[in-house]
Amino acid sequence: MDPRVLLTDKGLEHTLNRLCFELIENYQDFENTVFISLQPRGKYLGERIEEIVFKQCGVKIPHGILDITFFRDDFRRSERTIEPNQTKIDFLIEGKKVIMIDDVLYSGRSVRSGMDALLAYGRPEKVELLVLIDRKLTRHLPIAPNYVGRTVNTLDNQRVSVEWGDVEGEDKVVLLNQ
Amino acid sequence: MAELSVDHLLGIKDLKTEDIQLILETADNFKEVINRPIKKVPSLRDITIANLFFENSTRTKLSFELAEKRLSADVINFSAASSSVKKGETLVDTVNNILSMKVDMVVMRHPNPGAPVFLSKKIDAKIVNAGDGAHEHPTQALLDAYSIREKLGDAAGKKVVIVGDILHSRVALSNIYCLQKLGAEVMVCGPKTLIPKHIEKLGVKVEFDLMKALNWCDVANMLRIQLERQEDKYFPSLREYTMMYGLTGERLSSLDKKIVVMHPGPINRGVEISSDVADSDQAIILDQVENGVAVRMAVLYLLAAKINR
Repeated sequence: MDPRVLLTDKGLEHTLNRLCFELIENYQDFENTVFISLQPRGKYLGERIEEIVFKQCGVKIPHGILDITFFRDDFRRSERTIEPNQTKIDFLIEGKKVIMIDDVLYSGRSVRSGMDALLAYGRPEKVELLVLIDRKLTRHLPIAPNYVGRTVNTLDNQRVSVEWGDVEGEDKVVLLNQ
Repeated sequence: MAELSVDHLLGIKDLKTEDIQLILETADNFKEVINRPIKKVPSLRDITIANLFFENSTRTKLSFELAEKRLSADVINFSAASSSVKKGETLVDTVNNILSMKVDMVVMRHPNPGAPVFLSKKIDAKIVNAGDGAHEHPTQALLDAYSIREKLGDAAGKKVVIVGDILHSRVALSNIYCLQKLGAEVMVCGPKTLIPKHIEKLGVKVEFDLMKALNWCDVANMLRIQLERQEDKYFPSLREYTMMYGLTGERLSSLDKKIVVMHPGPINRGVEISSDVADSDQAIILDQVENGVAVRMAVLYLLAAKINR
């Protein structure tokens, strides 16, 4: 079966705008609030969200990127060595409201690792989760997002690929069969 | 995805350039980890590591132990001074006893060159060589290379002189292999009695005049003069050694460039390096110590990834 396009560039733009307005509605002036996006792919979504929120309300929200490699629960369980990525958080998490950002929520294991990794930077006041795509039926852990771009029903042998204009050349989300 | 081509870290000689690069790149990530408010990650929480030190060590042992603990591994320590080795037990027996306690990795320092290689053939655990006689000290070379890369951007094309007791130095040998694999030029410098014969076969330059060596290099790695070997009379007196080969502020400022000064420690102030140089901004001696933990974390992490479940 051919890949199915879940969101085109226009659709993705609307969804991103809606997500940002939901954030603005809930957080208003974003006081004491930070974005933490998960490596490797969450950072592109995080950058886009940061940009739109800035355009809409002129607030520059501190944005850190977090690598979860050393906190994953599948170290030595996969065939290959998991290669770490850069973590860049140049502010303290202690007492902050954290909006954790990732592109696709699948098993929930990345988010679980992300929360553990986050706690190494202090105790946040609260953490909320924003994802672009929620693959509803494939969760391994009891984790639910607070902000969802699009919920999709997928099978384990399918893959959701989120592509960005400045990385892959075009903004779109596609469902692939493996 | 990258992984090490070796199952043990026995020496730099066995590593490919890609292995060294992988270790240094992974160490970048761990350096960030050890500068977090909470400096610990859970990667190795189901791994037990035995530190077997058949020879005295303070900083290497501390550095390994810290690296292991920051990776959440369980650690047991053993030192020959307080063990059955004194009662005549063989190396393999000692280690097998420890392995019966279900140890996954062994970090070993031993006075005999080749002891880690021997052990890796006899037992089923990942071995990290923490120094074997006058043979190799791979993690020291890796952290030296890491520190050079951090300070100068890249080790490739840089000129590094290793000054001092090359003859008895495992640090020198590992450094030579490591730097050459990374594309640096290496020179050794010291009194003739402390430079091994035929060392130029390794592709290093040999220089007996410290000032010429300093004028040539970008980095000077000053080795410790092993005071305990003074009985052997490799040079007439410490005072003479210092006059000929000691790195002083005066010598350093007479150069027309700023070189980087390194030392694997422990330093003998006023012998191979003067206090003002050791404390100057050109010295990266304490950076080396910090980087040592990150590099050892990288080595342990990458080797642990190869343990079969």
